[in-house]
Amino acid sequence: MAIIEVEHLYKTYQSKTGEVQALQDINLSIEEGEIFGVIGLSGAGKSTFVRCLNLLERPNSGKVLIDGRDLLELSERELSLERRHIGMIFQHFHLLMQRSVLRNVCYPMEIRKVEKKEARQKALEYLRTVGLEDKARAYPVQLSGGQKQRVAIARALACEPRIILCDEATSALDPQTTRTILALLKEINQLYGITIVIITHEMRVVEEICTRVAVLDQGRLAEMGTVKEVFENPKTPAARRLLFTKDDDWGEADKEEVEHGIF
Amino acid sequence: MAFSDIVSMLWGGTGETLWMVLASTAIGYLGGLPLGVLLTITDTDGISAHPVLYKILDLIVNITRSIPFLILLILIQPFTKLVVGKSYGTTATIVPLTVAAIPFIARMVESSLKEVDKGVIEAARSMGSGKMAVILKVLIPEARISLLVGVTIALGTILGYSAMSGVVGGGGLGDIAIRYGYYRYETEIMIITVVVLVILMQLFQWAGNLLAKKLDRRRG
Ligand SMILES: Nc1ncnc2c1ncn2[C@@H]1O[C@H](COP(=O)(O)OP(=O)(O)O)[C@@H](O)[C@H]1O
Ligand SMILES: [Mg+2]
Repeated sequence: MAIIEVEHLYKTYQSKTGEVQALQDINLSIEEGEIFGVIGLSGAGKSTFVRCLNLLERPNSGKVLIDGRDLLELSERELSLERRHIGMIFQHFHLLMQRSVLRNVCYPMEIRKVEKKEARQKALEYLRTVGLEDKARAYPVQLSGGQKQRVAIARALACEPRIILCDEATSALDPQTTRTILALLKEINQLYGITIVIITHEMRVVEEICTRVAVLDQGRLAEMGTVKEVFENPKTPAARRLLFTKDDDWGEADKEEVEHGIF
Repeated sequence: MAFSDIVSMLWGGTGETLWMVLASTAIGYLGGLPLGVLLTITDTDGISAHPVLYKILDLIVNITRSIPFLILLILIQPFTKLVVGKSYGTTATIVPLTVAAIPFIARMVESSLKEVDKGVIEAARSMGSGKMAVILKVLIPEARISLLVGVTIALGTILGYSAMSGVVGGGGLGDIAIRYGYYRYETEIMIITVVVLVILMQLFQWAGNLLAKKLDRRRG
């Protein structure tokens, strides 16, 4: 059975200039153990989509089924419990700046009321998995971007997740670091069988680790298939645009543009 | 007046002032902190957005904050009498000081908490944090430096108010300054009293900043 199923998902934002149809009739299912990519240009609705998967954003209509359970039908309390086993990592890491690395990783266990000593031990294990056990006592401000993202991954692991959602997790990192972070995600996927959903505007990210990919275009699902199918034989103009206009420059220019919000 | 008398008078006044300022700041935070949290979470982009409740609280805070302290002091005298049994003296002054402090502190707490990165709050929510966990484990600890600076400002402001209360026999250094400087033209005593007030203000600020620096993990 699919671990994530999305049916007829619609999301509309009200803005000053009128309505924005961020998502329109999205249907897809993601199998357990997959690394599923969602790619699209800036404003295509990728972040909205991934935020609907754990209801950080509530869709206007449709269904979001995790293990067959519709999240939209859960009470706030039940939803919180469900979220505790869905990890999420972000472009800008979102670590607690006033907490040490170790205590950041402890956070998800803290809210699950895991005993303190046990939590610390587990947190150290997760830090070992991401290769940062020697930074346990450091504070986020003392870490590089790649290291921060590793801490965020360790924190996601501390949710003992079956799913990890990544929203542009490598977009603030240089190409070298991006590769090591992607390798780490792949390792986690294989080691623990965690299903990973990767949102990105970078082709290379999808090419490097995804099994299947969905192309979002102006809030609609333009195309979906294995990475090979979509990249070798794009059927829609949207997919072709992504493939041919974005010239895979992993260079600094790309990174800068991301930071200035052009993408 | 003998020098030793002046010293003992100032010493007593300083004690009274510290008692008034510390007590009303402490009680002020007991009310102002929860109110500030409420203002933060009920605002439109808060974790418990509730526009109507926010508007009401916002209005109450604005109204109480715009009443000049001296007027407030006199306005609530009946209430003060009800609470402490009399409407003058050091302990009685704590009542109006606290009433003035609560909305002021709430506003500062609100502005401190709103500085916390929305992304961090969202990350906490994505991990299944309940609202209490967001408030107690994210909002307040992440804003702690700004909150601490707020405490310093609150102490300073309330110190100023407490000096004003000297006009109605509120006790403390302000009372001494007004009694001797204004009514008896003993300018020296007034000046010395003001100097002591300035020193107190500096001490609060120095202690607050020192603690803030020590606790801040955002610097390497
Ligand atoms: N909170 C919001 N309010 C109004 N419009 C929004 C909001 N969030 C996103 N949008 C709009 O929805 C569309 C999709 O945004 P988003 O999901 O962030 O795209 P992507 O992540 O692919 O760049 C964009 O047009 C964006 O401007
Ligand atoms: Mg986005």
